[in-house]
Amino acid sequence: MKKIDLVQNLTENTSLPKSDVKLAVDLIIASITQSIVSGEGVEIRGFGGFLKKHRKARQGINPKTSERTQVEEKYVPFFKPGKFLKEIVNKG
Amino acid sequence: MSLSKKNIADELVRELEMTHAQALQLTNDFFDQIQATLATGEEVKLSSFGNFVIREKAARPGRNPKTGESVEISARKVVSFKAGPKLKKLTQIG
Repeated sequence: MKKIDLVQNLTENTSLPKSDVKLAVDLIIASITQSIVSGEGVEIRGFGGFLKKHRKARQGINPKTSERTQVEEKYVPFFKPGKFLKEIVNKG
Repeated sequence: MSLSKKNIADELVRELEMTHAQALQLTNDFFDQIQATLATGEEVKLSSFGNFVIREKAARPGRNPKTGESVEISARKVVSFKAGPKLKKLTQIG
């Protein structure tokens, strides 16, 4: 399922026009993104949570050239699936 | 305080002209749709955000940490989220 499919499915469930649903989906994604970036995090009961995780600086090796390089510390986005999502995915 | 469905719905009301009821329903449906799709084993790809993919885990030996007993952890499916380049970049800077 891609974003357009999601918009289509959501539109069928509401009285709002598709153009509004598209704006809403983009806005939901934007506010989740913003909360990850700010470090505030997102928590959706049953579904899961988004947060950013810290990664320490480390020695890396360029796999192409085998050259050693320093990888700087960084933050990466992380999703932790909720209990219900875990269960429902595992059932099928 | 982390972002909740209520905060997201409030944002929708503020930014777009819709009622609280519409905003709340859209927000609930948004996550329900993703959940239902993943439940069927299908991936969810949201451009400019990231992809939710299903990964098959093989059974592996594990241990009950409380009793030290050996148990087999059964084969299972797990959801994993692969952040897109835009989200990764923003997170790194932010």
